[in-house]
Amino acid sequence: MSAPNSGFDPVEVEALKPAALAAAVDAARAAFAGAADLDALAAERSAHLGDRSPIALARREIGALPPTARADAGRRVNEALQATTASYDARHEALLAARAAAILAEERVDVTLPVDRVRVGARHPMTLLRERLEDVFVGLGWQVAEGPEVEHEWFNFDALNFGGDHPARELQDTLAVGPADAHLVLRTHTSPVQIRSLLTRELPVYVVCPGRVYRADAIDATHLPVFTQIEGLAVDRGLTMAHLRGTLDTLVREMFGPGLGTRLRPNYFPFTEPSAEMDLVCFVCQGTSARPGAEPCRTCSSEGWIEWGGCGMVHPNVLRSAGIDPQEYSGFAFGLGVERTLMFRNGLTDLRDVLDGDVRFTLPFGAGLAGEV
Amino acid sequence: MLVPLSWLRAVLPALGERTGRDVADALLRVGLEVERVERLGVEHLVVGEVLAFEAEPQKNGKTIRWCQVAVGEDVPRGIVCGAANFAAGDRVVVALPGAVLPGDFRIGRRKTYGHWSDGMICSARELGIGEDHDGILVLGSDAAVGIDASSLLALDDEVLDIAVTPDRGYQLSVRGVAREAAAALGLPFADPADTTIPELPAGQEVFLDDLAGCDRYVALTVDGLDPSAPTPGWLRDRLVRAGMRPVSLAVDVTNYVMLELGQPLHAFDADTLSGAIRVRRAVDGETLTTLDHVDRTLDPEDVVIADDDGPVALAGVMGGARTEIAATTTRVLIEAAHFPPTPVARAVRRHRLPSEAARRFERAVDPELCPAAALAAARLLAENGGATAVALTDVDRHLPLPALTMAADLPARVGGRPVAREAVVTALETVGCTVSGQDALVVEPPPWRPDLVEGVDLVEEVLRLEGLDLLPSVLPLPPGSGGLTAPQRRVRAVSRALAAAGYVEVVTSPFVAPGAGRDGEPELVVRNPLSAEESVLRTSLVPGLAGALARNTARGRPDVALFEVGLVFRDRRGPHVPPPKAALRPDAALLAALDASLPEQPVRAGWLLAGRAEPAGWWGPGRPVDWTDALAAAYAVGAAVGRPLAVAASPAEPYHPGRCAAVLLDGQVVGHAGQLHPDVAEALGLPPGTCGGEIDLGPLLASDDRVVPAPRPSGYPAGTVDVALVVADEVPHAAVAAALREGAGPLLEDLALFDIYAGAPVPAGSRSLAFTLRFRASDRTLDGDEVNAARDAAVAAAAAATGARLRA
Repeated sequence: MSAPNSGFDPVEVEALKPAALAAAVDAARAAFAGAADLDALAAERSAHLGDRSPIALARREIGALPPTARADAGRRVNEALQATTASYDARHEALLAARAAAILAEERVDVTLPVDRVRVGARHPMTLLRERLEDVFVGLGWQVAEGPEVEHEWFNFDALNFGGDHPARELQDTLAVGPADAHLVLRTHTSPVQIRSLLTRELPVYVVCPGRVYRADAIDATHLPVFTQIEGLAVDRGLTMAHLRGTLDTLVREMFGPGLGTRLRPNYFPFTEPSAEMDLVCFVCQGTSARPGAEPCRTCSSEGWIEWGGCGMVHPNVLRSAGIDPQEYSGFAFGLGVERTLMFRNGLTDLRDVLDGDVRFTLPFGAGLAGEV
Repeated sequence: MLVPLSWLRAVLPALGERTGRDVADALLRVGLEVERVERLGVEHLVVGEVLAFEAEPQKNGKTIRWCQVAVGEDVPRGIVCGAANFAAGDRVVVALPGAVLPGDFRIGRRKTYGHWSDGMICSARELGIGEDHDGILVLGSDAAVGIDASSLLALDDEVLDIAVTPDRGYQLSVRGVAREAAAALGLPFADPADTTIPELPAGQEVFLDDLAGCDRYVALTVDGLDPSAPTPGWLRDRLVRAGMRPVSLAVDVTNYVMLELGQPLHAFDADTLSGAIRVRRAVDGETLTTLDHVDRTLDPEDVVIADDDGPVALAGVMGGARTEIAATTTRVLIEAAHFPPTPVARAVRRHRLPSEAARRFERAVDPELCPAAALAAARLLAENGGATAVALTDVDRHLPLPALTMAADLPARVGGRPVAREAVVTALETVGCTVSGQDALVVEPPPWRPDLVEGVDLVEEVLRLEGLDLLPSVLPLPPGSGGLTAPQRRVRAVSRALAAAGYVEVVTSPFVAPGAGRDGEPELVVRNPLSAEESVLRTSLVPGLAGALARNTARGRPDVALFEVGLVFRDRRGPHVPPPKAALRPDAALLAALDASLPEQPVRAGWLLAGRAEPAGWWGPGRPVDWTDALAAAYAVGAAVGRPLAVAASPAEPYHPGRCAAVLLDGQVVGHAGQLHPDVAEALGLPPGTCGGEIDLGPLLASDDRVVPAPRPSGYPAGTVDVALVVADEVPHAAVAAALREGAGPLLEDLALFDIYAGAPVPAGSRSLAFTLRFRASDRTLDGDEVNAARDAAVAAAAAATGARLRA
């Protein structure tokens, strides 16, 4: 420090000269710019902005100036200080950003690594397809009804107008359980639920009855001893076969999209009269394989049509079994095989896959949360 | 039923040139299930002209002919022929290489007797058109060389394979199918059954003892049959194409008439019958050797044809060996009878003896056709075997079918579209009914249609002949359903929850080996199981899950978690109930008894998992499954349906006794979960450590739709405090936690176990359970004193209930 300026003599102080200050600012700027990291910058900060820095030393000299010169010198020092601080701040911010970027870069991962650390579950296509079919009917205002799988013969046969000597009652088709005089069978169709629904519900009845059914068929690619059906039953005043057709047309549209042709072909079932078989235009070949010389189609055996299920107007004897007057009420019913639907809708080729339980068969169907199958 | 198109065309000439496919499509439209149309005929079969031949004696004594045969090609073919009944210039049938003759006889170019024979000159038998095998078939000289011999010889044909439904026995005949084809195509139909009955003296004495077993019996005696007369080729052809094997003229003729008219016939050797024929029920202990040479002990319910020496035929099913047509038979008794369906159907099942005759009687046969059918057979025997009809007995006790009354507008009301009265009458007349009346039609069904018993049966005839494709499409409007029921929604929720927890759903066969459930539940036995080993219905889902899990691990997927939702069956049921009457609503007591006679069939969810619960990967070795996974699944099921489940230690089969929990709903056991017993896992071929569980869903699903009260979470800060409690090893965590909860009072928001410690300084036989207790008030910030007071109360309650001591 210079000696006190006692005599108000303007003394020239070297450090406060504009050129000296400008040199200090330039030196600081260069030093900051040259600092490669935050540590180096901190060191330069104390060198150029610290108590012993040239600008700090110059500020101390202001007091030695004559009063008239102090204001001017003070302004110059402040400007130099601001310029240096700004230079520091800019560099500090840049280095902070660079450090943050470096950390992020260092934290980079290979996002393509496998991440399947949680076991994935799935629901069986039989369940999903069954729910899908149920939902179609619930959407139409129908209810879903269920019944036991071990059923009394009366529900499975007699009440459904199977005569006492109908071939289907014989053991070759029907699996019988328990002692013979218990008259118990594994239901051969979901139709007993028709009777149960008519006995327990108030008319009108509009129900679909999904569930497992049983036949004494040895297991192979196209036969299962236990499989899934869904049955529909509507009993109301004034129902006609046109209502049956309208319902089936709607079901086909919901399950296969618009435009797929259907036909009703007269057939025989004990519990409906008139009875019909419902055929669909083959979902795979669109019926083209039936033309002469066309590519054969495995799905429909080149018939062009697929048998989807049976249907008809509820037989008066079935209504009578439930105590309903066939003069007052009429109804229609239909039944579909769900596995069969999976065969020609989803391309299932071997029914044994349904019962096998291999997770590779089921996983692609997912949890079915969107109701798609 | 196999129907050759050529035969159909002979009965219905109006078919003209329609192909098998055309006819099949028409029949399908009116409800005959034509399963396929098979083309018959032989390719590479041409007319040839023998230009020249050289006879070449062979060392084996035969003389073959080395022939040059023109077949319409540039150069003649050299063919070796063993026959000698032709001359140069004769027209013959040549099977060229590539031809396949009946009996899968494949013709190729082959070296024989020192020549390359380039085809074969055919005999009638080789072509399947006759028995003649003494020489080759020589055609007329007008046959053009090189043309297709298959069509020239009428080998070309199509055969319709029709699956006849049980209500329509009349379609098991060319007559019946022709009637349907005529109706479907709008063609005129003439009944092939000739119902004019010539004057003949009564012959064989016949008694009908049981009209329920037989209500008409025609016995036609023919005499002077040449037992050596062969069946003509055209008749053999038709039989073979219809799927029957020719036997002898008498038998073939009876089969032919059956196929054409639908009336099964039986031919007895009349000289082997003694005395009167009696159609009666069998006497207990009687026996009959049937034509298939099986000795059968008859049942008193069997209907038999008997003569003075005992039964000679099982009525409508099969004849007996004693009275069979023999190679020397000259006098034949033709039986044309009407046997009602039920006794025949029962006899077939009782004796496991299906036959073509029985197939027709079971589905009802036209009772008015008996004489016409017998006479048709007699005519064929006369034309082809020199026989003469000498006597006819007709005992006819059958009742005509009752007439029906149907409102003329019923078809329109059922079909949902207008059907004019005239159209109704026309359709019913087309199927053979006689119709009278105006608004109320009086309809007499034809005798071959006993299935027409109600108005709706007639409606079906009208609608199917009009065409079901005419039905309008109208969506009915139900009154509204309210959607799925709460239990139905909850089953779906359970299934979704288990899938979300990483389990893959399976559906398994419910047939298992006795004892497979290992739960001591009474099993329901399948009387006619598909496999002797799997003869009972499952009482538990575990065996099916175990099978599926073992299959997956065997296929190289060690980490598997499976679930199934389905019924199990327990043989607990009320008294047996015979089936009540059909077409009549049982009263409430009877309905209750019917339901009580069923076994218990609860719906269950079951799960099984093995390998790792969290898979191994680049992140580490994963985590093996353990009992906690099995219990977590149970809790997930409860949470999915809003019914919190609890557990209690409770050893049960088939689980590890120390790692098994009873799953509780409101204190009631609804299932079990844990690690499988090591012995069970090994016995079932499952990986060690396999875990699983199973719960009855019924109690979880049953409650009404619930309303979840909306919580109001407190915004005030929580006060948390940790406590470590030393308890005896036998004290379950649940008891300690429950006591803490109880003692802590309403300020306790939650508590969580965060550590278990055993070892010094905790005394042996005890363990330390460390809990975090989180307290919160809904209306204020708790101060330290309040929190500590609540903690102390909790600890005191735990001490009182479980002997827990605060760990120093």
